[in-house]
Amino acid sequence: MQVSTLFLVIAGLVLFAYQLGLRRAIAVAGGPAKQRSLHSLPSYYGLWAAFWCGLPACVILLLWVVCQDAIITRLVVSGLPEQYAGLSSAEMTLVINDIKNLATGNIVSSQTNPAMEAAAAHYVSLRQTGRTILSVVVILIVFAGMLLVWRQINPGLRARNRVESVIKTFLLLCSVIAILATVGIVLSVLFESIRFFGMVPITEFLFGLNWSPQIAIRPDQQASSGAFGAVPLFTGTLLISAIAMLVAVPIGLMSAIYLAEYAHRKVRAVAKPLLEVLAGIPTVVYGVFAALMVAPFIRDLGESVGLSVASESALAAGLVMGIMIIPFVSSLSDDVINAVPQSLRDGAYALGATRSETIKQVVIPAALPGIVGGVLLAISRAVGETMIVVMAAGLAANLTANPLEAVTTVTVQIVTLLVGDQEFDSAKTLAAFALGLVLFVVTLCLNVIALHVVRRYREQYE
Amino acid sequence: MNSETTATVSDGRPSTIELVNRTLKKRYAAERRFRLYGLCSVAAAIIFLVWLLGSIVLSGLPAFQKTFIQLDITFDPDVLDISDPEDSGQLRTANYEGLVKEALKARFPDVKGRSDRRSLYSLVSDGAVYRLNDMLRNNPDLLNTAQSLWLVADDDVDVYFKEGAGDGGRLNEKQLSWLNVLVESGDVDQRFNWTLLTAGDSREPELAGIRGALVGSFYTLLVTLLLSFPIGVAASVYLEEFAPRNKWTDLIEVNINNLAAVPSIVFGLLGLAVFINFFGLPRSAPLVGGLVLTLMTLPTIVIAGRAAIKSVPPSIRQAALGIGASKMQTVTHHVLPLALPGMLTGTIIGMARALGETAPLLMIGMVAFIVDIPDGFLAPATALPVQIFLWADSPERGFAALTSAAIMVLLVFLVSMNLLAVLLRKRFERRW
Repeated sequence: MQVSTLFLVIAGLVLFAYQLGLRRAIAVAGGPAKQRSLHSLPSYYGLWAAFWCGLPACVILLLWVVCQDAIITRLVVSGLPEQYAGLSSAEMTLVINDIKNLATGNIVSSQTNPAMEAAAAHYVSLRQTGRTILSVVVILIVFAGMLLVWRQINPGLRARNRVESVIKTFLLLCSVIAILATVGIVLSVLFESIRFFGMVPITEFLFGLNWSPQIAIRPDQQASSGAFGAVPLFTGTLLISAIAMLVAVPIGLMSAIYLAEYAHRKVRAVAKPLLEVLAGIPTVVYGVFAALMVAPFIRDLGESVGLSVASESALAAGLVMGIMIIPFVSSLSDDVINAVPQSLRDGAYALGATRSETIKQVVIPAALPGIVGGVLLAISRAVGETMIVVMAAGLAANLTANPLEAVTTVTVQIVTLLVGDQEFDSAKTLAAFALGLVLFVVTLCLNVIALHVVRRYREQYE
Repeated sequence: MNSETTATVSDGRPSTIELVNRTLKKRYAAERRFRLYGLCSVAAAIIFLVWLLGSIVLSGLPAFQKTFIQLDITFDPDVLDISDPEDSGQLRTANYEGLVKEALKARFPDVKGRSDRRSLYSLVSDGAVYRLNDMLRNNPDLLNTAQSLWLVADDDVDVYFKEGAGDGGRLNEKQLSWLNVLVESGDVDQRFNWTLLTAGDSREPELAGIRGALVGSFYTLLVTLLLSFPIGVAASVYLEEFAPRNKWTDLIEVNINNLAAVPSIVFGLLGLAVFINFFGLPRSAPLVGGLVLTLMTLPTIVIAGRAAIKSVPPSIRQAALGIGASKMQTVTHHVLPLALPGMLTGTIIGMARALGETAPLLMIGMVAFIVDIPDGFLAPATALPVQIFLWADSPERGFAALTSAAIMVLLVFLVSMNLLAVLLRKRFERRW
């Protein structure tokens, strides 16, 4: 039976079990008239029966779907003749792919031989047997569950409490997924990074000034030293983020102040959603905008005043990234400016301060922790932003502070190292995970500090 | 202090009002300047928005039109090399290219020489050949008939007519003169580019479309929706209604808030390491893309869901509990239905963000050149934003317009999703 059909069969049986449990509960109570002698409503007995039938079967089905390929492949490999025993893991993968292709009737890369055809037949038969066993086991479990509940049901069974505790466990599991995701990120990045630091010393990675991850195939090859000093990437990221913040913080903060303190209600009603539109535009669109429109514009502008500007200048990427972050800064600042109590402003006005003096000397200092928190969050956004820099920043590592030159960033290097073919035992691929670890740690620190600052500030006025 | 502040000059010192008046002009000027800075910032942000959208629309609109050339095609069995019209194999592999060449030769009989001929043939796209192939296979009766057909022009011709370039772009003098002949006889026309919406990706700009990417995005988002909505609702219900206040709950909360701010590319690394390398799921599959995007959108949905549950007044819970409902019954019968619109709004906004997300999909290999329309959750696929990324990197000039056109389609989807969220909020928003 196909897994999908099996799933449908289980669904049908679960519905049947629900009805069965419901009827059985009414029957043991002594008919519909005496339902009140049951502990719970009859439908809870139905649900209890449905849970017993469906949940174990679904868990087994899921486990099988996840594991079947690994198990069957291992069985097939162990059944291969001895000539394949000494192959390296990469060659083995090729052989396994060929066998799978043979089994599904696809085109095979190398010449087939009888051993491989036998293995393919073995593979097909194992899949068949596996499916048959799975179907039998799952359906047996469904019926065993039904039988168990059938015998359990009596008027004293606390069906509602049991059903509710099952649902509660499900809810708990769902909220634990957030933790699992974090653990998954940390583990996946950490493990590969540790392997990377086994090949390249961590000090070289953190303090080296030379980044050229291409590893030489021939010893005399030019420009492929395989150097993993990430400092040029960090400075490049800093440069572009700094340009972005120089654009985003003044514009974002001033528009927040204007909209919160000066603008007429109607202006605010129009301008605020427009700013939020900037936040809703996908980053790839900003990337296209930076690469195809802003970068040529800046290059032509630079040439007209006699400057030589790289076509992938840090300025273009930083400028567009700043535009992207404007709404982020402005909406966060808007929140904290609005949270400053009106009484503070009234006090300043009463002393004869003008509006701008009130804002500069009372509102902003009062809102400063929140604004700083918002700016920190914005920096973490800028550091982790990928698509704009992938499309508009350079690829070659370049240790410079000149915004008119091309620099590369951490995220750009992660993408270039991992897009395309990879082998998971080369330092080149693993370097991407080490960069990912740095990125994750830096943004995490920025976020934790920012949230802390924002939260402490909020407590003051509430 | 009191006498000095109100008195006029008595001891040679200026009065307060004089002090104030002396700097008042300056202060008012500063006030106006400050206000102007604010106005300029808002204006700058809006100008950026207009510049961005304007340049995209301006460069994208031409891609919705395509240049066609009218030619008289004779379905000649000798040219086609078809001996038996009943044989579908012959119909499939017949020499349709020859038909186009014959038609062009007949149209311009005085073109001689191999290189001239070749540049003449290159005016018409390869897509014309596929179209003739389809026509004849669907209707074998066309054999031996002559048809006047509008055939797709090559992308260089297309770019020439759209941009009106004086130097003819990549076309040479002779090609331009032939095109002029065609224009004068009314055999060149611009028509709506249906290919853009119905075809998959292609190396030829005039044959490339976004349907494959749209379908890939659809499958990816379906997985995301099916997983993130139930899990997000369940998690927010648990955290808001059932969770005891202890360290573990705090840990979950901190985790969710942090996940919301983790750079998207890190989720891509997670997908690559866990789903592809550890669980052995295929690369480029919408299923993996959906799983990664689920983890990304989950925090958005949970945060929105918790806000929606919080806004349901406690009196409703107390009333339900008071007439004997269990905690679970209170939540499922009363709190959830009331909080659902808010949760749906959050989900739609999360989905809109997932639709525009590119970086994690690059990590899990949804960046391959895929011509076929994906037909399932495990088929190799790409997504609309990734398609935009791929086209933006292509050197041919024709792809620049296509990139912007694809962005326009993406923005239309995003705008409609956000509008739906706004409408939902307006329609179901309740103040208690």
